[in-house]
This record gives sequence, structure tokens and C-alpha cells, in this order.
Amino acid sequence: MKNQFDVIVVGGGHAGCEAAAAAARCGARTVLLTHRMETVGAMSCNPAIGGIGKGHLVREIDALDGLMGRAADAAGIHFKLLNRSKGPAVHGPRAQADRGLYRDAIHTLLHATENLTLLEAAVDDLNLAPDGSVSGVTCEDGRTFTAPSVVIAAGTFLRGVIHFGHDTQPAGRVGDRPANALGRRLEALGLPMGRLKTGTPARLDRASIDWESLAEDAGDAQPEPFSRLTERITNPQISCRITATNERTHDIIRDSLHLSAVYSGAIAGRGPRYCPSIEDKVVRFAERTSHQIFLEPEALPGNPGGDLVYPNGISTSLPPAVQERMIRTMAGLENARIVRPGYAVEYDYIDPRALTHSLELRAIPGLFMAGQINGTTGYEEAGAQGLLAGVNAAHRAAGNTPVTLSRSDAYIGVMIDDLVTQGVSEPYRMFTSRAEYRLTLRADNADLRLTPIGETWGCVDTMRATLFGQTRVAIQSATERAAQETWLPAPLIAAGVSVSPDGRRRSLLDVLATGAKADAIGLLAPWFVALPPRIRLHVETEARYSGYLARQEREIRQLHNESSIIVPEDFDFSRVGGLSAEMRERFERAHPANFAAAQRIPGVTPSALMALLAHLKQQQAA
Amino acid sequence: MPTPSALRTQPLEPIFALATGTARAAIAVMRVSGTGSDAILRRLLGTLPAPRKASLRRLWRDAVHRTDALDDALVLWLPGPANYTGEDSFELHLHAGPAIVSAVASALVEAGARPAEPGEFTRRAFLHGRIDLTEAEGIADLIEAETEAQRKQALAQSEGRLGTLYRGWADRLRNVLARQEALIDFPDEDLPPEVEAALLTETAALRDEISAHLADGERGERIRRGLTIAIVGPPNAGKSTLLNHLAERQAAIVSPVAGTTRDAIEIVTMLAGVRVTLVDTAGLRETTDPIEAEGVKRAMFHVEHADCVVQMFFAEAAPDHLLPGALPVCNKIDLAPAPFTIEDVPVLGISLRDETGLAALQENLERRVRELTASGSIAPPLTRARHRAAAMVAHEHLKAALAVDWPEMRGEELRLAMRALGRLTGEVGVEDLLDTVFGQFCIGK
Ligand SMILES: Cc1cc2nc3c(=O)[nH]c(=O)nc-3n(C[C@H](O)[C@H](O)[C@H](O)COP(=O)(O)OP(=O)(O)OC[C@H]3O[C@@H](n4cnc5c(N)ncnc54)[C@H](O)[C@@H]3O)c2cc1C
Ligand SMILES: Nc1nc2c(ncn2[C@@H]2O[C@H](COP(=O)(O)OP(=O)(O)OP(=O)(O)O)[C@@H](O)[C@H]2O)c(=O)[nH]1
Ligand SMILES: [Mg+2]
Repeated sequence: MKNQFDVIVVGGGHAGCEAAAAAARCGARTVLLTHRMETVGAMSCNPAIGGIGKGHLVREIDALDGLMGRAADAAGIHFKLLNRSKGPAVHGPRAQADRGLYRDAIHTLLHATENLTLLEAAVDDLNLAPDGSVSGVTCEDGRTFTAPSVVIAAGTFLRGVIHFGHDTQPAGRVGDRPANALGRRLEALGLPMGRLKTGTPARLDRASIDWESLAEDAGDAQPEPFSRLTERITNPQISCRITATNERTHDIIRDSLHLSAVYSGAIAGRGPRYCPSIEDKVVRFAERTSHQIFLEPEALPGNPGGDLVYPNGISTSLPPAVQERMIRTMAGLENARIVRPGYAVEYDYIDPRALTHSLELRAIPGLFMAGQINGTTGYEEAGAQGLLAGVNAAHRAAGNTPVTLSRSDAYIGVMIDDLVTQGVSEPYRMFTSRAEYRLTLRADNADLRLTPIGETWGCVDTMRATLFGQTRVAIQSATERAAQETWLPAPLIAAGVSVSPDGRRRSLLDVLATGAKADAIGLLAPWFVALPPRIRLHVETEARYSGYLARQEREIRQLHNESSIIVPEDFDFSRVGGLSAEMRERFERAHPANFAAAQRIPGVTPSALMALLAHLKQQQAA
Repeated sequence: MPTPSALRTQPLEPIFALATGTARAAIAVMRVSGTGSDAILRRLLGTLPAPRKASLRRLWRDAVHRTDALDDALVLWLPGPANYTGEDSFELHLHAGPAIVSAVASALVEAGARPAEPGEFTRRAFLHGRIDLTEAEGIADLIEAETEAQRKQALAQSEGRLGTLYRGWADRLRNVLARQEALIDFPDEDLPPEVEAALLTETAALRDEISAHLADGERGERIRRGLTIAIVGPPNAGKSTLLNHLAERQAAIVSPVAGTTRDAIEIVTMLAGVRVTLVDTAGLRETTDPIEAEGVKRAMFHVEHADCVVQMFFAEAAPDHLLPGALPVCNKIDLAPAPFTIEDVPVLGISLRDETGLAALQENLERRVRELTASGSIAPPLTRARHRAAAMVAHEHLKAALAVDWPEMRGEELRLAMRALGRLTGEVGVEDLLDTVFGQFCIGK
């Protein structure tokens, strides 16, 4: 039959594109169904990829051979490594993209992917097999597609409503129809769902801004690519400008709060704490008299969108007329013309606690969920989930066991674990402070952590695998040499390294751990300074963090040890001898997946854990 | 019961706990278990003793540099897997003074061990397949009872002054950490420039407060366990007579024969509302009698480990020097007058026979007890060695936080400090932290 596939992906946003491409890379015959081909790879909000925490996710997606890093490199027009003054673990690669170039890059990558078909369709219905697992989808026009695995990546479209002040209209984002039938269908399946909201600022006409009068924010002189496959950035680079709100801006906002969709109570869904609308900022931080606003061009001059500016920092749901008055209070924006007003969007999400760590719905085998629909926000969060869901969809279709990433493997693992165990109360965004193994999980070692895993999953192309193999060998031999070469204190001190004259021999790794200057290292080990930067920086970073890394490794081992003691889904806590009723209830309510998770349940006593452990081990042994 | 071998070989960090209860037994057994126990023991002793043989060894805070002798203890080195936990472990049989036990606990923390959670030894024993299910469940019941008692105690504490103090530290540390994390995660949000300087100042202030608290002369321990006052001096000075007087009963044998008291005699009484253990010791003199010699040795031990020493003599046997911090008391002034001072310290003259000067002595002792236990300073004292250990760990990480090169390293140290304080107050999760971040700064583009 023509419409029969291994994997169906619904939605061509960042989650859907990564899901479809990953499933196809794993060898599954995959179809991507989306409303409009034109919006595949569209950036709904800020035309930027990466940032702190998010940049980690992009590097991880790239390490698993995903699209986002490569597309951002092809489209980037303003690269900046955030947190450069801090250590490598919290460096945040970020790039602003030319919207059109980004979309083109995604289209090119998808078209070059084998086993992948792209089709325009509005999916209205899910079809289930008699055993309750998913069997396919039905579209608005009546077409049906069958597959043992379906990934839903509908973003903000499920019963989406957008708000301009008190004006509302059903839409997934401005100019795009919502997915109402699918939203109703998911609700009818009895899935736990809720409403969330997010907002976007107005877009301004670049020609109406007094651009040259404002402070410049230039990108890095040497743009650093996201992808290990990108040798260098070839696009011309542009600058942004910086302006700020002032007391007058805030007065206008305060006076108009009753007109805001967010503040008048028109929106029920919870918005995020960290990406607040300007209304939120003015109310919650009343003492601040000014907020910084970045003016970011949406494309290269002359390209489509090149005359649009994204004012980063004033997302709003005030009526368009108020938006204009407010914007015109700011320096450089006195005559600014709004091309498209800002708005808020409110949409359905699925409580991610209904999902397994492989992003499959527990209630409906074969049905995977990825992206904003799971309560996250951001392209990177969406893309990362898409990739993992896509790999799992393909594995399921091929009859293979699910794959997961743990909190100690990747930011992806941290995010998915947070989502499926804690749920969300606001749109979830990645921060480095969410990662307890932050010094271990770095953007710079994403490939070392994940490419080998991706190879075993079958989602990494041979070209990348070969390149990675070479890097790994180079790192190993450089590390070994740096461990073997040693000096007494005298020559080190002569070279300018501060060590105590204790007669102890120190290796190059020891010297690097002290944070010795590059010229000192150059005197001691010229070969090291001559290494390719990637290799050299890696050895240096590992040396600088070595004490911390060793401690985290110990903790990770303990976590794995205790995570490997599984609490079966159907485990009966009443059979555990010596558990008080209260303890039993706590365990039952949380139903921890394993012994490590059991220990994280608030209020359980050591002896209750002991008794649980005893039972689990007995079962394991039996 | 078979155990997956992968689990058996997993290294787990070293933990320690007092094996005997906190009752005032003569000997306190400290147990240490976990990967790296050998290195810790080597640090305390210098060399590893022969396995599974009890040997008497001197314990040092750091044997290599011969810093701080802690005790002479019976040491048992029990390499894994054939022992209780199945891991490398050892036992230290210590003299049971609170000062010794807490000094050894501090030394163990410095060497890299941490206080065990209730039941953790048994859990490890189980993990390593050393005990079976029924045993484990039996032990679990015991721990339940013990935990319940500890929980009640902790609860009482959490409502008291200590709880307030710890929560105060934890709140402030959470605030510091939140600001640090905001600087790391939101560098583009034009946070006020003074944020970093302020968090460093606050970190230093916390470090100093915790350190002042740790250096409080272990007052809390003293209140809880009581004080020890040793009475020492030459034979026949009247030490046993004084003990009987203070105890208001005939606890020790009194006789005109010099060298009557051979072993230390301890009795418990109340002084200034504090539980005080009085120790009567053998008269200090050169002797050839092996039993008496051992008694003299123990007397010296008590001198070293008592909270307060009464140095007693009579006029003809007045010493030239005082033991450090000792209170000089000259007895038998009915026979000969007391010297005014020894080494510029005024001597208290008494006669136990005529009962003269005894009120002054009583008053003097009560004042010393109050001084040793009073909380003249800002903070209530640490009352449990466990709390002390947690505070010490937090202190170490705060110190490190001010010394590292990069903010994320500082963040790591602050998190570890927070985790240590979390043991006193209940854990703090990431969400709490984020709430603090977003509550304080306007963040988000
Ligand atoms: C107004 C607005 C403001 C935002 N503000 C921010 C912000 O400030 N910060 C931030 O980090 N992120 C923001 N985002 C979020 C960011 O755009 C998303 O997180 C990200 O795009 C989510 O990716 P996704 O793949 O999950 O979904 P989307 O990018 O929303 O893609 C969903 C795709 O699925 C298609 N689709 C949906 N349902 C169907 C169906 N039934 N049949 C066929 N096709 C379907 C849609 O046409 C669309 O192409 C905002 C988004 C919007 C709309
Ligand atoms: N004259 C006089 N005799 C006293 C006084 N106090 C105690 N004695 C006597 O001194 C003798 C020794 O007293 P103890 O209390 O046994 O002395 P001690 O210091 O415990 O002696 P050892 O245990 O042998 O070290 C006894 O005979 C007491 O009765 C005093 O104030 N005046
Ligand atoms: Mg006596």
C-alpha cells in the first residue's frame, strides 16, 4: 500500500524535522506530514539558535548527527560565544540566523535524507489498533497513513489561540491555522493535558529605526561553528544594536495593563518565569527603571526579511496601538514602524509525566510526543526531543528496544528526565543550572559523550563517525603524552608556572591544571601549543576541571549503580516487609522507576529504602 | 543470595559512624567503610596494620606530618570483602571522651570520609551481598526505631535555636548560589554590576560565621555530654576526700596511705546546672609498682582530655609549675598555710578536714563550668558531631569557593556547601533555586 510507512511524523517544526530526519537516518521509511511545506524549518519567534544551556543542546543534537547545528551554521549572520570570560563548561554558543537561509538549510538537509518523504497534510485523527497501540493517522482531506510508530510534534498548534490585547483568533502562530481536531482527539483519548502560553514581540521596520545612533553589538570576529561538520562560517556577519526601556515606557505599560491579554485574565495558561512579557517585567520588577532591548535584524540586507528587526526583550500581548506608543518611547525607536504587532499564543500541552524516558506515551504504545507539545519552549529543546523520539520511533518499528539518555549523559537526558518525572508548571527551558553534572556535560565535549552512543543507535552517518574517530584518537594520544612528560619544580618556575619548590615532578596535565599561561606552556611543550585548537583546548579543559570531574564521575557511578536496580512498573509495594503505611503510600504515589529515583522521594526513611532494596534485589536474583 | 557482580565491585565513598551508642561507655568504637578506607587509615596511622589483628596504635590527624596526636587506640584493619559491609573498612576503639570522638570525626572528614546516614552500613552490607533478606529486614526494624528517635530529636532541634541558625545559613547560601547561577545562566540580562561583589562578600561572611561557630570551643557538645573535671596531684593530697565532698557521698576510698587510689574513679554530679563527671585520679609520682604506674599513666590521660583540671596539693608538696589551665588548690591549710600564687596564679587554700575555703572552691568551679558552657557569643552551639561534620564540609567548600578561578567552579563549590547544609535542614532542589533566581532578577528576552 502506498501510504504505509515505518514512522509517521506530524508537524514540520524543529521537533518534527529532527524526528523525521533521525528516524530516516536509522533506516525507517519515514513520512513527515505538516500543514504547509513553506513553514517547514520556520522560526516562530526569535531568529536565534543556541545560547547558554541551549547551545549545549544544539551541540548534542549535532553529536547525534541532527540538523540544527548544521542549519544554524549555514544561516548564521551574528555568532557569539556567551560567557567567554567564564570556564568552558558554561560557554554558550549562540547565533542569530537569517530566517530564510535557515529554512532553506533545513529543506536542503531534509531533501538529502534517504528514506524520508515530505507531504503537506493537516492531521486530524489518530488510528489505533485493536490492542490499543497506534496504527496510523487520518488527515482532514480523508487520506490515511499507516505506521507502527507515530511522532506528534504539533508545537503551539493544538487548539492554539493568539491574543492581540483583547482581540483573539484561533491560530497556531500568526498566519497559521491551529490544529483543533487533533487537540480534541488527544483529549478524547483521556490524555492528561493543560494550557500554556508564550509571547512574541512586534517586528519593526529597520528603515524606521535611527540605527546608527544606537550602541553596536557586534558578533565574534572569529565565529565558532556549532557543527563538527562545518569547517568555517561563510556568511557575511552583521551587527545588532542596543536600546532600553525607560520610565515613560513603563508608565504607558502600567496604564494599559487592563488591556493586556495576560493581565486582564483572558489567558488561563501559565507563562514562563524567565521569558516574561514586558508587562510581567514592569509589574514584577517595579523598582527597575530600565530594561535592555537588543535590536536584531531578521536577515541579511537584501534577503527576504532583511528589512525586519526583532526587538529582543519586549514580548507583549498589549493591543497594537499601545505597543506602538510604548516602543516609540525608546531611544532610536522614536519613529519606529511596527510591521507585525507582538502577540501571545495559548495552546494545549500534554502532561509529559504521561511519557516514558523514550518519549513514548505509556497509555498508547507507538505514539511518541516531542517538542513544545510536551510543555517545553525553544527550538533547541524541541529539536533535542524530536531527535530522541525519532530514533525511538524507528527502533520500535524495527522491533528494537527503546533507547534513552541519562542525566549524566547529556543535557537532553536532564531535560527529558525533568519532564517525565517532574512534569511542568510553566514552559520548560534549559539552563545550565539544571544539570547537576555541569562540569562534565559540556558543549565542547558533546561529540565525545554522544557520537559513540549515536553510532550504536544507528543515527550517525559514516562520514561523521570517521571524522569523530580521528578526533578521539588525537585527543587520546595528546592526553597520554601530556601525562607522561614531567618536570621538576625548577624548570617550571623558570618558565613562569607558579608551583611550590617541593621537589615533586609534575606532568603537563598537572601544569595545565594550575591554569598556567599559554606562553609558559609554549616554553615547556611547544608540541602542545602546536596542536589543533580543538584537541589542545580539550586536554586543557579536562586538566583544569580534573578534581571536579573525578568527583562527578564517582557520583555518576553511584547513580548508575542505584539506577540499575529497577522497580518494575507493576511492583506491589504492599509486599515489601516492614514498610509502614505512610512509607508505602509515598512509594506508591511516586512510583519510582529505580532505586536511585526512590531515594529522591521526599520524606522516605532510610529503613524504608533498605526494605525496598532488599525486596528488589531478591526479585532481581530470582 | 546471589548478587550481580557489577554491584559488588562498585566503589562507594567512605563513611563513618560510632558503632557503640552515645551512652558513656569507656570505649567508643568508630567504624569506617568504603573505597579509600586504606588511604584514610594510612593518613591516621602512617602505615597500615596487619589485617584482622587488633593492635594498639597512636592516631594522628595527619600521621605523615605528625600533626595532632588524637588518641592511642586499638585499631582493626578489615580489608574487604570478608567483613560486615563487604568493603574495605576499619575500626578504631577510642577512649570515649567526647573531645576525642569529635576530634577523630573531624580528622576523618578531613581525610575524605563523611558521616554515615542511619542504616547506611547495613545497606552497603546488603548491596555487597554480605547479609540476607531476613537479616536485612530485622536490621531495618532496628534502624526504624533508631531513626524515629533521631527524627524526634531533629524535629525538636529544628524548632529550636539551632534550626533557626542552620536555616538562616541555608537561606543565605541559597541566595548566594542563586545569584551565582544567574550570573552564569543569564550573562546578557544586564544584571546589576554589584551582584558578583556582593555574593563574594556574603560567601566570605558565611564562611567566617560557620568557622566561628565551629571554633566555639565545642560548647554544645559539652552541654549535651556534660563536662569532665579531673582532680590530680601528688599522693595523699586529699583528692579522694574532695571527690567525696563534691559528690556528697563516699565514692572513693580515703586513707592516710599514699597511693591509695590506683585507678581513675568517675562520678557524675551537677554543678551550675550542668552534668559534670568528676574524675579522681591516682596520685602523681614516680613508681615501680606496675599497677600504680598504669594508674599514673591514666591520670595523665585524664589531665590531657578533661575540660577542667583541679591541681591539688598540700603546702610541703607545692609544685613549681601548673598544668596548663589548671586550678591550683592547696589542701590541709589546717596544718600549714598555702602559698599565695604559683606561676602568678592565685592559689585557693582549703581544709577538707575543717571545711574551710570550700564555698570559695565551689564557687570557683561553678564559674568555670559556666564559662565552659555559656553561650556568650551570638550563636547557639553545635550539639552533635554529625552537625559539626556537615558544617565543616560546608565550611571547606565555602573556602574553596573563594579561591577558585572560574565562576562555574565557584558554583560547584557553593552547591556542595549547600548540599552539606542540606543535611542539616532538608535538601534544596533546582526548582527552589530557580525560584530564587527569578524572584530576584528580571530575566528573559
Ligand atoms: C508566538 C510565539 C512566541 C514564542 N516565543 C518564544 C520565546 O520567547 N522563547 C522561546 O524560546 N521560544 C518561543 N517560542 C517557541 C518556539 O517557537 C518553539 O518552542 C519551537 O518552535 C517549538 O518547536 P516545535 O517543533 O515543537 O513546534 P512548532 O515550531 O510550533 O512547529 C509545529 C509544526 O507542526 C505543524 N502542525 C501542527 N499540528 C499539525 C497537524 N495537526 N497536522 C499537520 N501539521 C501540524 C505546524 O504547522 C508547525 O509547522 C514561541 C513560539 C510562538 C509561536
Ligand atoms: N589534716 C588534714 N588531713 C586531710 C585533709 N583532707 C584530707 N586529709 C587526710 O589526708 C589523707 C589522704 O587523703 P586522700 O583523700 O585519700 O588523699 P589522695 O590525694 O586521694 O591520696 P592518693 O589516692 O593516695 O593519691 C587522709 O587520711 C585524709 O583524711 C585536710 O584538709 N586536713
Ligand atoms: Mg585517693
